[in-house]
Amino acid sequence: MTLRSATDASPTDSLWSRIEPLLMRVQKPARYIGCELGSATPEHSAGKISWFIAYPDTYEVGLPNQGIQILCEILNEREDAVAERGYVPWTDMTAQMRSNRVPLFSLETHRAAASFDIIAFNLAAELVYTNVLEAVDLAGVPVRNEDRDETHPIVMAGGHAAYNPEPLADYVDVFVMGDGEEVVGDITMALRGWKAIGKPQYSREDVLRDLSKIQGVYVPSMYEVTYDGVDIIAVDPCHADVPEMVLKRTVADLGEWPYPKQQLVPLTEVVHDRLNVEVFRGCTRGCRFCQAGMITRPVRERPVDQVRTMIQDGLMRTGYDEVSLTSLSTADFSGIDQVVGDTVADPLNCGQVSISLPSLRVDAFTVGLAAQVSNARRSGLTFAPEAGTWRMRQVINKLIGDDDLFDAVESAYSQGWQRMKLYFLTGLPSEMDDDTTAIADLAKRCVEIGEQYTQKASVTLSLGGFVPKAHTPFQWFGQNDQSELSRKIELVRGAIGRNRRVQLKWHDSRASLIEGLASRGDRRIGRVIERVWRAGGVFQEWGEHFNLQLWTEAMEAEGLSLDWYVTRHRHQDEVLPWEHIHAGLHKDFLWQDWQDSIVGHGLEDCRWTPCYDCGACTEYGVEHIVASPVPPAGGSQGTGQDLTIGTSVPVMLSGRPASTGARA
Amino acid sequence: MRLRVRFTKRGKVCYTGHRDVARIWERAIRRVGLPVVYTEGFSPRPKVSFGLALPTGYESDGEYLDISVHPGVSGVAGVFDGVGPTTGTQLEPAGLMTLLDEALPVGMDVQAIELNDDRGQSLQQAITTCSWRFEIRGFDVADATEAVAKLLSAHELPSTRIHKGKERSDDLRPAVRGLEVLGGGNDGAVMVADLAAKPRLVRPSELVPILAPGLEMAGAVRIHQWIETDGARREPVPFDATPAPHTELCAL
Repeated sequence: MTLRSATDASPTDSLWSRIEPLLMRVQKPARYIGCELGSATPEHSAGKISWFIAYPDTYEVGLPNQGIQILCEILNEREDAVAERGYVPWTDMTAQMRSNRVPLFSLETHRAAASFDIIAFNLAAELVYTNVLEAVDLAGVPVRNEDRDETHPIVMAGGHAAYNPEPLADYVDVFVMGDGEEVVGDITMALRGWKAIGKPQYSREDVLRDLSKIQGVYVPSMYEVTYDGVDIIAVDPCHADVPEMVLKRTVADLGEWPYPKQQLVPLTEVVHDRLNVEVFRGCTRGCRFCQAGMITRPVRERPVDQVRTMIQDGLMRTGYDEVSLTSLSTADFSGIDQVVGDTVADPLNCGQVSISLPSLRVDAFTVGLAAQVSNARRSGLTFAPEAGTWRMRQVINKLIGDDDLFDAVESAYSQGWQRMKLYFLTGLPSEMDDDTTAIADLAKRCVEIGEQYTQKASVTLSLGGFVPKAHTPFQWFGQNDQSELSRKIELVRGAIGRNRRVQLKWHDSRASLIEGLASRGDRRIGRVIERVWRAGGVFQEWGEHFNLQLWTEAMEAEGLSLDWYVTRHRHQDEVLPWEHIHAGLHKDFLWQDWQDSIVGHGLEDCRWTPCYDCGACTEYGVEHIVASPVPPAGGSQGTGQDLTIGTSVPVMLSGRPASTGARA
Repeated sequence: MRLRVRFTKRGKVCYTGHRDVARIWERAIRRVGLPVVYTEGFSPRPKVSFGLALPTGYESDGEYLDISVHPGVSGVAGVFDGVGPTTGTQLEPAGLMTLLDEALPVGMDVQAIELNDDRGQSLQQAITTCSWRFEIRGFDVADATEAVAKLLSAHELPSTRIHKGKERSDDLRPAVRGLEVLGGGNDGAVMVADLAAKPRLVRPSELVPILAPGLEMAGAVRIHQWIETDGARREPVPFDATPAPHTELCAL
């Protein structure tokens, strides 16, 4: 007899009967059961290419990831593919799995990761790199590319951090650059032949070489790096038919991809536990520190009707009472007023549905929107001025005047909010101590404004150490070293003084240092990552697990210098480790923007002004898709911009009907 | 008006916690469009109240939940007024069972719904005893029978546990209302126990170190929750659909 119910009658490939006895011994066992509303019931068969799509962090952090959900749905709609999800088990569970010889498993059918054709990771950030190795090893697959053979899955990675793939070049077989919606189909088709012909005749190398010819795909083993001492002098393809430059993939029209259609609703608590509707992709505000804004260009808005349909259907299907309108700057969405108004007014929502707007813009219009969406709860509102002085904000091209901030803050306090959260970066290019202490002054001034309206006015300052990223104008900038970042954090703390209304929170400058190493590292950093992982350094993005000593020891063992990688300024002629990866932006454009930055020249948002040819549209034959030819109320990029020429912009009006059917 | 719902928690879903189950129900209620009463205040939530928490990892054949609903204008209890497919239709327990069942995950099945007038004790107050079936991995049936006899003949069963970071000691013996060995299972000996839920809910796992020191519980099911009055006991909502309940699980 068995005590467990018959509902778990599982296919023979399922590891569930071996996983279940471990669950009573670990924390939060619900993160290993799957069973989410909306999850697929995939049917594997010999003719289908199977994808194991993993997020290299815990279930709670990884489940809400929309990219993984979108790709799984698209693949499962295909007749020639099947996709399941996986996450990295917490350390108590991995210990149980290793001692009981249970490998990494998928959540839909609890199948071994190594039994899939592909294990693909979403790399949203750099500190998760050791978790990628942990997951591959837990799957029972060799961690290094060179040790894998025809019997092993192909290890892939995509996502924002993959734009500098080099630190994982010896560990990931295939990288994918840019939007994944279309390229996963191309990859599936390319692998069908490999699977049909049979692995012995068609070598792993043949298949990787085939893949390397697909636009958006980068196969690091097909490229050779040449060094002169410590410097990289060239990155060249090993074969004539492998492209010299890897171009990213861009989905031209988001309206053709209304995914996820079945957003997953987990049975246990996760971060961002609400309905998510992506209103646009890409951002052209041109903040120079922001990698996401540079690599995801151009702006592609979803048609307003489709957004509305996705909200209504999504709420009804999931039972969520909160919807988040996601993008890099949601107040910039042309249809924002309409969508927010309609959702709030929809009688079907019974006044019980709230809307969350991540990444608020700093202006009064945005506060008005926020007031509209939160009828009762006005606990806190978040703004990101990023820098303390106007000069500094011109350097980083976040063109918000002090008055814009004060107006927004006053508007918020006057409408009933009591707490503001302000995000700032420190360690920015050309930042002087006056710029740093100005952060504290701004916060104190905001409290003073608030005190006119409420006795409880307070401000939380969140301070992050700036980490330069690949494919941004600041990719040449030498990051502040750890002691300098710590000194600046102290400077702000001192400047706040005894003001109890201002609360300071800051990022660990040691973690910023290692994030800097992984962000602009090259292939040699791979061995460092491997050493840290072998020494037990997993979940490095978790404060309780981060261990700087493991990293410094690994750098020393590899004979590499942290300063050379992190704090050194790069020169114009230097071959950057990601030189052969094209994120859309011309190197000349980025260099010019870097030079403009140093002299404090701002650059306008090209959505509503003429094109300055950064490369993102012109190189790829795509355009902005913006539903309105004029910027929304509140303007574009705050101040200092002539908007009178707005209507002459080459914008495409998205007047299509919402796409509802499944794609072929 | 109040709906008292009886449901199961079987299979993988048993690894969700008590708070998870509450969230699952809130979403199911919204999906169905039940005319539920919302709490007042800054963040209104559907007014529901659960019975005694089931420990994470335990299955159940009888969990309970009270849902406060608005008395309606056009029917006995009310009309659906939410976003779901039932908007405007009359609320009626039999149809509602199917709808809620469909809105819940696999393993959480609605067995019965009773409509009452929202008076009387809450579930937490009313339940006095629970019946459990559990298995101890690697435990021989003969040894189990002997251990059960020994446990039942004891006058005192001192036990310590960690509660909210503090070590607490109490005597389990008064809480053990019944205990017997059912037979051999997949992994060891299977037994059933009636354990008191007052003054606190005693779990079968607390008996394991006494019965079989060093061994591990392989699985446990709450098979009944009881309300005792004047020596007689009854379930909050009886469920008689299966003439011989649990036979499908207990294929001894």
